[in-house]
Amino acid sequence: MSDVERILRRAVLEITPGSIVNLGIGLPTKVMHYLPDDFDVQIHSENGILGAWKQAEPESMDPFLIDASGAYVSLREGASLFDSAVSFAMIRRARVDLTMIGAFEVDAHGNLANWKIPGRFSPGIGGAMELAQKTKRIVVLTTHTDKHGRPKILETCRLPLTAKACVSRIISELAVIDVTNRGLVVREKLADISDADLQAKTEAALIFAIESGEEQHGE
Amino acid sequence: MKKNRTLESAIASIPSGAVIMVGGFGNPGTPFSLINELLRQGQTNLTLIKNDANEASHGVSRLIENGQVRKLITTHIGLNKNVIDRFNQGEIEVAFHPQGILAEKIRTAGAGSFGFLTDIGIHSEITRPDDLLDWQGKTYKVEMALRADFALIHAAQADWLGNLVYQGSAINFSPLMAMAADHVIVETPDLGAPGRFSPEQVHTPGAFVDSVVQLESLTSDYGILEHHVRR
Repeated sequence: MSDVERILRRAVLEITPGSIVNLGIGLPTKVMHYLPDDFDVQIHSENGILGAWKQAEPESMDPFLIDASGAYVSLREGASLFDSAVSFAMIRRARVDLTMIGAFEVDAHGNLANWKIPGRFSPGIGGAMELAQKTKRIVVLTTHTDKHGRPKILETCRLPLTAKACVSRIISELAVIDVTNRGLVVREKLADISDADLQAKTEAALIFAIESGEEQHGE
Repeated sequence: MKKNRTLESAIASIPSGAVIMVGGFGNPGTPFSLINELLRQGQTNLTLIKNDANEASHGVSRLIENGQVRKLITTHIGLNKNVIDRFNQGEIEVAFHPQGILAEKIRTAGAGSFGFLTDIGIHSEITRPDDLLDWQGKTYKVEMALRADFALIHAAQADWLGNLVYQGSAINFSPLMAMAADHVIVETPDLGAPGRFSPEQVHTPGAFVDSVVQLESLTSDYGILEHHVRR
């Protein structure tokens, strides 16, 4: 199983039946393909869809119906379409239960940076600030290190922040980590890796509590 | 009064230096034919307001690549390497807003108001001290309304009075921008006589629309982008 597939398969388990979920550009939008066809969830796409679903068959693909990442989606029964002001009213009024989002950096305080690497790559804010600030629960999906092998899970973010203290959980190809008042708590390992090796790939200090039920950040 | 115009004359009303809102989120809703005519006529020093910069060599990216755009007010350009490169090299000014804040700034102008209070981005570098307002014990960020000289809009269907209907995810910023610009130019492949829509079906009432351009057909610009198809 590839690293990405491991992250996506674990991410699916975060979705509570009956919830409204936003999937950010990048890894998160791919989570949809791992959901069972009859799963009770409404996928919110910030370009104006509640009830987006998997890509249609090629012959019925609609060039006027994409998700925020540009992928051609279909609509589930009960879906609705609306303008961008309504779409973000839904977000700012906390009607979205869960957002899965990508990160350049995430830190021990639950801070998130994913919009700007000054002078190098500034994709922009998109919906991320509003989703990060207003969604009830934020789960970051990210590779544990960047393409140069440097940690992405830091003691304190160095890049410009998207939002402060917003992240509840981090899922990488190596572990499921919760942001708590005591710091970062490793809940599950997703690969055969020792505590010491996992810590070595993580800048922030990790607390290993794989069996226990710590209180989560913000609860 | 019929608002039908030719593509050439509608776009010829736009001067260099204009501030132009352009509908669309990715491909859906992008008025490719109006944009391509603007490319052909060559107006320069433009300020564009659009959710994104389309993808490289598509839509507004062509105007930017052709050096016609001075400033882009947007939310996200992550899918367009050409525009990111130009931004990094200082060839174009880019102002980023949170997506829903951009929508609300446009909606506010379209409603004839001047601004609103929010807490979005209040602790981020997009907020300057001057933007903050203390009011009745709480601190807010003041966001001013955002208007434009022109709006370029794609509608799935329209009538001669300028009543508009959008489709799919092509609604996005279009109904908001259609209310927030002084001169609203609409393209549609499907233009007909008044009475074709049930009145409650109309998304944008014709009062906001100045010109409607009928497209003979939709070019390949409006089609499926193969690299976004999952195989």
